[in-house]
Amino acid sequence: MSAETAIRPLGVEAVTRGRIRRTARRGAVVAVLAVLIAAVFATSLMVGRTFYPPADVVAVILGEQVPGASFTVGTLRLPRAVLAVAAGLCFGIGGVTFQTMLRNPLASPDIIGISSGASAAAAFAIVVLSLGRTGVSAVAITAGLAVALLIYALAFRGGVAGTRLILIGIGIAAMLDSLTSYVLSQAAEWDLQEAMRWLTGSLNGSTWTETVPVLLALAVLAPLLLSQARNLSAMQLGDDTASALGVRVERTRVIVIVAAVGLIAFATAAAGPIAFVAFLSGPIAARIVGPGGSLLVPSALVGALLVLVADLAGQYAFGTRFPVGVVTGVLGAPYLVYLIVRTNRAGGSL
Amino acid sequence: MAVTRPAPDAGAARRPVRARSLWLLLALAVLAAAMLASVAWGSRIVGLADVAAALGGADETIEQAAVTKRVPRTLLAVLVGAALGLSGAVMQGVTRNPLADPGILGVNMGASLAVVCGMVFFGLTSPSGYIWVAIGGAAAAAVFVYTVGSLGRGGATPLKLALAGAATSAAFSSLVTAVVMPRNDVAGSFRMWQIGGVGGASFDGVVRVLPFLAVGLVLSLMSARALNSLALGDDLAAGLGERVALVRATAGLGAVLLCGAATAAAGPIMFVGLVVPHMCRLLIGVDHRWLLPFSALLGAALLTVADVVGRVVARPAEVEVGIVTALIGAPVFIYIVRRQKVRAL
Repeated sequence: MSAETAIRPLGVEAVTRGRIRRTARRGAVVAVLAVLIAAVFATSLMVGRTFYPPADVVAVILGEQVPGASFTVGTLRLPRAVLAVAAGLCFGIGGVTFQTMLRNPLASPDIIGISSGASAAAAFAIVVLSLGRTGVSAVAITAGLAVALLIYALAFRGGVAGTRLILIGIGIAAMLDSLTSYVLSQAAEWDLQEAMRWLTGSLNGSTWTETVPVLLALAVLAPLLLSQARNLSAMQLGDDTASALGVRVERTRVIVIVAAVGLIAFATAAAGPIAFVAFLSGPIAARIVGPGGSLLVPSALVGALLVLVADLAGQYAFGTRFPVGVVTGVLGAPYLVYLIVRTNRAGGSL
Repeated sequence: MAVTRPAPDAGAARRPVRARSLWLLLALAVLAAAMLASVAWGSRIVGLADVAAALGGADETIEQAAVTKRVPRTLLAVLVGAALGLSGAVMQGVTRNPLADPGILGVNMGASLAVVCGMVFFGLTSPSGYIWVAIGGAAAAAVFVYTVGSLGRGGATPLKLALAGAATSAAFSSLVTAVVMPRNDVAGSFRMWQIGGVGGASFDGVVRVLPFLAVGLVLSLMSARALNSLALGDDLAAGLGERVALVRATAGLGAVLLCGAATAAAGPIMFVGLVVPHMCRLLIGVDHRWLLPFSALLGAALLTVADVVGRVVARPAEVEVGIVTALIGAPVFIYIVRRQKVRAL
């Protein structure tokens, strides 16, 4: 915590100065993250089994035909990289929304059952219903929303206590995970590969068919979520204080839940529940941005960067090609453990 | 979150022994019926005459052979269910936390991770090897989750423990995926183990887990009286002459042995340890000297029934018992959470 937030009997100008400094820091962080994302994005288009110089890549993006590069870059690498960014943004912003709203960094959608809902439905759609890609996405999105509403309804007893919502979510997640493993145990070998994607998350073989719906969801739901950022910050002071400040708490909560779950579900439908991205983006963003202000945008950018880097590493850094979810899972696990320790010691705020 | 556990009120504590004995007899009868159903029902339903003949040693007809095949599986279900029910009751007593359960606390995932590492990195193939590894993993996970969950203000509240357990499970399970994914040969056998089932049971397997279960049982039952004192709070228990840390360690070791061995034998099975002790508390009160044996009995009955249900609903295929218990257990978990007075963080 920086010095200017310590309580000192200073004038208004000191408060203003502190606020300006924090805003500037946030702006700088956002700018740096954006530049990094652009750099990794460009790298992931150029680098691979064959290297293509920047000129070729630009030409392909502008729609020219470049022998070789048109297929590799335009059909294989570009949709994959775009989906990595889009899914990362969705997970980052959706995760931090839940963490902020429930005032607990451990309460991300992957822990409280929403990703489990989408995964179980997707596995069911692949193995039992033998649906195609579009059908699977539709089922996963519907199930994600339905599970979120179910958890909300079960936790509702004259208002929702965050604690109850988290615990009920954990119970639902356990049940859904066992359903997923049942469905997988019934799977034929060739379905299994496809279904494993729904346990870890993977960008292998992504095409524009999966990528475009995620982009549309981002365009619609992200602004909706950002419009509630101020109310969400007020709600961090506690429901009663927020109501006193003029926030309609339950209404805000419903809007925010629907928007965040929508983003998570669309991203999950396209790329699977990429482990821990929703979970880690918020706390990482909180660490680099510092106190004060909304974390939605920085966290979204952190999410995008995480997925891009992890996918690149998963493809080329090891002997085997690992799906992106395995990489984020293994990198995320130790950080997660550290985070639990630190959170419990500090008493539980982001 | 405030732990609003019903105080051991005088009425429940002095509930007449006769009523309890009656419940005990009833539980025994239910268990016996479940065991009978378990040897008689399956993809092929066998009549009582054949069951009796087969238990007498005959195996001339297909029916009798089927019964003979089902005996070890029934025994394993009974043992595993008893172990899980008992270890859940002990864990809830030790942590003074109504949501403690080997599945929720991540202990099962600890055992899973240890087993998969044993399979892949140390070439473990024999089930007798799994047991040691699984118990080690379970113990490590239990100690870790409890330590992490009790850091900070308020000690080990239900919320902190459950979150620490769920997060640790998530971390372990992604490590498991990372280890298993590139190795197709291990993936198949591990996937079957992970779902949790008693289908492949043999007498050898049953005999193998017995010593571990026996030690766990003795340790748990020995600490029953001390757990009663512990329920009053650490300070009061110390005032009553209990060595609190020692009791915690003994009872905790017993619980970990039980659920580690059960997990090694039948894979991670969730929710039995959570649901059964709560049912037992409703029936016979909170005295651990009654609660622990009763939890073992009802746990055995529940798992046996779940196994039979799993065999009957999808004939001729089977639904693994771990899935059936999760489907029964999760609604009960949610009911417990909803009934509790939780205050916001």
